[in-house]
Amino acid sequence: MNALPTKGDEAWRYADLKLLADVWQDVPSPEQITVKAGESMARQICEIPVIGNGVAMADLDIVIEDGATFTLHVLAAAVQYGRINIKTTLGKGSHFELGGAILGNGDQSLEIVTETIHAKPEATSNQVVRSVLGGKATGTFMGKVHVARDAQRTDAAQSVKSMLLDRSATANSKPELEIFADDVLCAHGATVGELDKEALFYMASRGLDPETAKRLMLQAFIGDAFVSAADDVREAIEGKALTILEALS
Amino acid sequence: MLKIENLQANVGVTQILNGLSLTINAGEIHAIMGPNGAGKSTLAYTLGGRPNYEVTDGSVSFTTSVRAEPVDAQTDDPSTSSGRTDQTLDLLDMDPHERAAAGIFLGFQYPVEIPGVSNLQFLRESLNAQRKVRGEDPLSGAEFIKLAKEKAGLLKMDMEMLKRAVNVGFSGGEKKRNEMVQMGIIDPKLAILDETDSGLDIDALRIVGDGINSIMRKPDKAVLLITHYQRLLDLVKPDFVHVLANGKIVKTGGPELALELEEHGYEAVAA
Ligand SMILES: Nc1ncnc2c1ncn2[C@@H]1O[C@H](COP(=O)(O)OP(=O)(O)OP(=O)(O)O)[C@@H](O)[C@H]1O
Ligand SMILES: [Mg+2]
Repeated sequence: MNALPTKGDEAWRYADLKLLADVWQDVPSPEQITVKAGESMARQICEIPVIGNGVAMADLDIVIEDGATFTLHVLAAAVQYGRINIKTTLGKGSHFELGGAILGNGDQSLEIVTETIHAKPEATSNQVVRSVLGGKATGTFMGKVHVARDAQRTDAAQSVKSMLLDRSATANSKPELEIFADDVLCAHGATVGELDKEALFYMASRGLDPETAKRLMLQAFIGDAFVSAADDVREAIEGKALTILEALS
Repeated sequence: MLKIENLQANVGVTQILNGLSLTINAGEIHAIMGPNGAGKSTLAYTLGGRPNYEVTDGSVSFTTSVRAEPVDAQTDDPSTSSGRTDQTLDLLDMDPHERAAAGIFLGFQYPVEIPGVSNLQFLRESLNAQRKVRGEDPLSGAEFIKLAKEKAGLLKMDMEMLKRAVNVGFSGGEKKRNEMVQMGIIDPKLAILDETDSGLDIDALRIVGDGINSIMRKPDKAVLLITHYQRLLDLVKPDFVHVLANGKIVKTGGPELALELEEHGYEAVAA
C-alpha cells in the first residue's frame, strides 16, 4: 500500500484524512476490471464496502478494450466518509458510462473521484453525477479527463448537479481536463441549486404535503443518474437511494 | 362558501392587499377584473397560502358541505340525516396542501415546470394525498388512468402530454389547458383561476370555457375567475363582476359591468 495521502495530493484534497489515517493499512488495492474487446459489462456499487472507523472505500481500475462498453452505477451514502475511486482507460471506439448519486447529511463526507483516460481514438465517455446534501454534509465529485495525443474524435461528457437541502451543506465539483488531441468534444456542466420553492408551492396547491412534494422532486433529480441503467439495476439502486433520501429530507 | 373580510396582505415588505372583502356563495361564478399590478394574483396566492405572502389583518373562512362523521353508529339514524354537514374552516390557519384538500384549486397565471416528474404521477399522488386527508381510499392506478383519460378528453388534451414532465416544454396555451385538466381530475369545490384565458388561441379558449362550465358549474361549487377579457366571460357567464384596484374591491356589479369596463376602461368606470 502507498503512503497515506496528504491534503497536497489533489485527488485527496477533500478527503477525511484523519479518519483515513487509522484504517489506511486496511485499504485494499484497486480492483482490476478488464472488459474484453467488443464486449459489454455492467457493474453497480449500491453500498461502498466499509473498511472501518466510519470509512468506506471502493477503488476500481478499469480497462475497456477496443469497441467494448462498461456501464457503472454507484451510490455514495450512509457512511461517515465514503469514497469511490474510478480509474478508466478507454480503447479505440469504446464507451464508458457512469451514473452516480451522492446522498449525505449530518457531517458526512462523500466523494466520487474519476480519472478517465481516453488513450485511443473514437472512444466516448459519459458521466452523470447527482448530489443531494443536507445538514453539514460535503459531497465531492472530481473528474479528471485525459485525452491522449492520438485519441482523436474523443467525446467525453460530464454532467454534475448538486442540490443543497440546507445552506450549511457543501458541494464540490472539480473537473480537470488534460487534452493533447485536437479533434475532441469535452462537455462539462456543473450546477449547485436548492429545491425550487415555486415548484414546492405549486405542488402544495394540488394537495401534496411538503414531504411528498420534496420526495418527488428529489427522486426526479437523482433519477438522471440512473436513466442509463438496465431496468432491474435501476430499480435496485434507485430504490436504495430513495430509502436513504427519505431519511435525509 | 368563501367569505373574505378586510383582508390585508404583504408580499415581502410591501402591502399589496388593502382591506379586501368578498363573499362567494355556492353555485356562483365571480369575475375579478382590474388593472395590471392591482393585486389580483396576490389575492389568488394569498388564498392559496403561498409562503412570503403574509396576512396582516382580516379573515377568510371557507365553508363546504362534507360527509358527516357518524358519531355513534347506534344513534346515527340514516333516515333523518342526509349524511352531510357544513364545515367552516379558517383558511388562513391552514397549510397550502390542507387548503387544497379542503377543496380549493388555484389555476396559476404562470404554471410552474417540474422537471422529471410526470403529470400522471404528480396528479395521482396529489389526488390521493387529498383523498387521504379527507379519509377516502386512494384511487388505484387503473381508476386514476380512467379518470385522467376522461378529463384529458374533456379538454382535448393528448394523453401522451400527460406522460411528460409537468409543464416542461409545454407552450403557454398548453400549460393553461393543463391547469384545467388538473382541475378536472382534482374536482375542487372552489376554483380560483388566474388569467387561465391568457395565451389561449380561439379554439382553445372555447374548449377551456366549456371545460370550466362542465367541471365547475354545479350547485355545490363556485369559481373566482380573474381575467382581463370579456371573451372568457361570454363563455363562462359570471353572476358577479368585481373591479379590483389598489388592493381592494372598488366596484361590484353584474355581467354588464364587464361590458362597461371593456367599453370605457377602468379609470372611467371604477373611479
Ligand atoms: N415579491 C414582491 N415584492 C414586492 N412587490 C411585489 C412582489 N410580488 C408582486 N409585487 C407587487 O404587487 C403588486 C400586485 O401584483 P399582482 O401580481 O397581484 O398584480 P395583478 O393584479 O395580478 O396584475 P396582472 O394583471 O399584471 O397580472 C404589483 O405592484 C407587484 O409589483
Ligand atoms: Mg396577475
